[in-house]
Amino acid sequence: MKLELRGITKTFGGFVANDAIDLVVEPGEIHSLLGENGAGKSTLMNVLYGLYRPDGGQIVIDGTPVTFSDPGDAMDAGIGMVHQHFMLVPVFTVAENMVLGNEPTKGGLLDLAAARKLVRDISARFGFDLDPDALVEDLPVGAQQRVEIIKALSRRAEVLVLDEPTAVLTPHETDELMEIMRQLRDEGTSIVFITHKLREVKAVSDRITVIRRGKVVGEADPSADQAELASLMVGRQVSLAQDKVAATPGEIALQVTDLRVSDAAGTRTLDGVSFEVRHGEVLAIAGVQGNGQTELTEALLGLQETVHGSAKLEGQELVGRTTKQVLDAGVGFVPEDRTHDALVADFSVAENLVLDQHDRAPFGSALAMKLRTIRENAERLIPEFDIRTESAVSAVSTLSGGNQQKVVMARALHRKLALLIASQPTRGVDVGSIEFLHRRILDERDKGTPVVIVSTELDEVTQLADRIAVMYRGKILGIVPGDEDRDVLGLMMAGYSVEAAREAVAAGARTTDSQLADEGEIV
Amino acid sequence: MSTAPHVVADDSPVEKAFTDVRPTSWWHLPATTTVMGLLALVVFGLRGIPGVDSAYVVVHESDLNPFGLIPERIVVSSMGGAIALSVIALLASAALWVLHARSARPSARARLTLIAVFAVAWILAFMTWVISQRTLDVTTLLQGTIVLAVPLAFGALSGVLSERSGVINIAIEGQLLFGAFGATLVGSITGSVWIGLVAAPIVAMFMGALLAMFAVGYHVQQIIVGVVLNVLAIGLTSFFFGSVMSDNPGLFNAPMRLPTLRIPVLADIPLVGAALFEQNILVYLMWIIVAGLTVALFRTRWGLRVRAVGEHPKAADTVGIAVNLTRWKNVLLGSAVAGLGGATLTIGTGVAFGEEMSAGKGYIALAAMILGRYHPVGALLAALTFAFADSLQLRLGTMSAAEGGVSIPGDFLLMLPYIVALFAVAGVVGRVRVPAADGQPYIKQ
Repeated sequence: MKLELRGITKTFGGFVANDAIDLVVEPGEIHSLLGENGAGKSTLMNVLYGLYRPDGGQIVIDGTPVTFSDPGDAMDAGIGMVHQHFMLVPVFTVAENMVLGNEPTKGGLLDLAAARKLVRDISARFGFDLDPDALVEDLPVGAQQRVEIIKALSRRAEVLVLDEPTAVLTPHETDELMEIMRQLRDEGTSIVFITHKLREVKAVSDRITVIRRGKVVGEADPSADQAELASLMVGRQVSLAQDKVAATPGEIALQVTDLRVSDAAGTRTLDGVSFEVRHGEVLAIAGVQGNGQTELTEALLGLQETVHGSAKLEGQELVGRTTKQVLDAGVGFVPEDRTHDALVADFSVAENLVLDQHDRAPFGSALAMKLRTIRENAERLIPEFDIRTESAVSAVSTLSGGNQQKVVMARALHRKLALLIASQPTRGVDVGSIEFLHRRILDERDKGTPVVIVSTELDEVTQLADRIAVMYRGKILGIVPGDEDRDVLGLMMAGYSVEAAREAVAAGARTTDSQLADEGEIV
Repeated sequence: MSTAPHVVADDSPVEKAFTDVRPTSWWHLPATTTVMGLLALVVFGLRGIPGVDSAYVVVHESDLNPFGLIPERIVVSSMGGAIALSVIALLASAALWVLHARSARPSARARLTLIAVFAVAWILAFMTWVISQRTLDVTTLLQGTIVLAVPLAFGALSGVLSERSGVINIAIEGQLLFGAFGATLVGSITGSVWIGLVAAPIVAMFMGALLAMFAVGYHVQQIIVGVVLNVLAIGLTSFFFGSVMSDNPGLFNAPMRLPTLRIPVLADIPLVGAALFEQNILVYLMWIIVAGLTVALFRTRWGLRVRAVGEHPKAADTVGIAVNLTRWKNVLLGSAVAGLGGATLTIGTGVAFGEEMSAGKGYIALAAMILGRYHPVGALLAALTFAFADSLQLRLGTMSAAEGGVSIPGDFLLMLPYIVALFAVAGVVGRVRVPAADGQPYIKQ
């Protein structure tokens, strides 16, 4: 099936997300859509899948123009999609999710036996080991994604769209996914692969289309130079590797011992975590999302209800204190979800910059806020952190994701800190801002502040970390030096101990990634 | 590469490690039951009226009772009985302490069993105390329980239907009221109670249509819409009651009653026979709808789609399920079911329509839905629990005129079902899993 998008335009209010985009996907090819966060890749695919209605342009399948008013139409036309945020009902079983919308019935009742057989048949084809009766919410993220894939395949998709599929995977899982993509391509399925990761694009694509700010800026061949692709994507020259000065660690500043957290149902979400952070070093917490990182940062900040164990900052116990006391102890915090936990969308930039300090000197007292000081503070920080905003009084919701993140970082970094905890400091941020934010974090480290970074992006971890702790199912599997082999880290993210991971890598368990790097193809 | 160890993806469910740390609130439940048990022992037992008896009528003369195996009356000493039952309740509390002391996360089944034992013993102790010197007819009590449970159950099922699809239904009260109103009005005009029965769900659907229009169509905050609709329902029905119905009650508001359908032989079973098999069609319909809805929700294509819409509407949309249409249909269907519950209040019990006659039953039904964990069977059981409290209250209310014995002011008795609802819901809130998208309008871009 040949899929063509002709002049697709989609606007949200005044914002043009897609501006006359043309794209041709030939039968049986892996076509990568490369672009930064917010470039409009997902919007385009949601238009293709009938979730958004385009304001202009045409979708053409095998030469015939079609219109999709809902995803049902798109599916009938043979388009399948694996969404970045999984479209699975967490409380349903694998089999139920698989057949939803397309259910086999027998005598008026659901034919779950047929659904189970379908799951087994398709997962056997790709060597998956999915239990049809497992609840989706109990599955690891990687397995949930495989459910999404077989769900799309069970509907006989001829074009399969994968929206940022590797964000939730370990490097080895990513490799497996690429293997599946190749297998599908060889069986005749076309694949649209959406990503912002250059190395993946180079590893798997047949053709690459680069999108920047809602426009197609070029097509490229997978053999293209990585730096060339990067500058095409970002629109200017970028240095891919940060030049990082080695840390000069001092005394131990934060000592975490046997920290334990359990949720309301009694499940252990943080299971006996111990580590230490010294002055002037960055400890990065790596791991696939949902392995206890959130609970760890929230426990340190006093945001979790029942915490056992101890976390001493300069000898002062943090566990059992209120969030306010922790902040007063000099802890700067960047929450992982900026829209939900870090910013009040309708508040101004100036107000968001003092959210944690508004009721104390110098910004206010118990009774009133000092509006002038707050404004001056904003006027000082906006240029310092290069926050692109119309004014200090604009609502923070009018800023782009990258600039919102700068507001959050500016708030955490503008005062003298005893400890910086930053969770996903650059999630959803464009490349230019990433460089800048990383620089600020390393500057803070060089001032002697102990820094804890939580990130699911291995690139970010290796760029910032002096030491790396890998979390898996609520535990820290091991703490390794910052220059540890990526493949070892990848295996640890999948639950291998340090020794087992190093042995496996020594025995040849290499990812495509590192093989390409060995050949000098990618940085 | 062939010698390289193959790294296999892990598709098995995540093993949950359960904590051995006790939740800090673990003592709340055993402490509460112990205090209540001691209270029962002192007030119902030790401070009861000495030397008098409490009698329960178990079997009626006409009932099936081969060879008189079952005694017609059970008579116990008021004080002795209450003390014995309080002690049983206290033993259950003690067992709860032991259970919690032994493990940080005791099995839910053992815990629930003990709570049930405690509750039954405590209530029997209360009853034994309160009917000192008097006689309680258990058959009538149970029959009343079923009758009173019907509007609550229908109301709760209305809630289940709409909330499972993701629309919060506070408007059950208004739907009940409209059902009651419609049944009487149409029944009176046509002179047929059966046409009234058919009219009730149709009239109640008007409320459902308004709820769906505002909640689904215009994305209005659903709790507010529900409350406003309840006020509207009271206003509209009161207006018609005060104008048209009062002007010509014979034509527009005649008391009518659905015939009682007695199933021979079965109705003669002692204790439960009359309650289960000597009722009007609405009661039988309730059983059928509960069973049918359970199967439909959990075993059919329709049910899977409804639940998907209530849990993750976007996921449902991406597989081609029309989210808002599903919600519309479910809200309408739910209000129709609630309309049947409203019919119970008028043509089901043989009274004419009265102003605000639903009297908060819609809110109790809402509580029953939550207590029943959004499951039809659970909702029915919860409705039966509340109805039992109500039925007991009615029985005791008629008895308190009798001489001597324990007398509780009627106003306190009236509070009984609400107190039970309050405690029951407070006890389970936080443990109930609400449909994830309940109350969130689905807006397409």
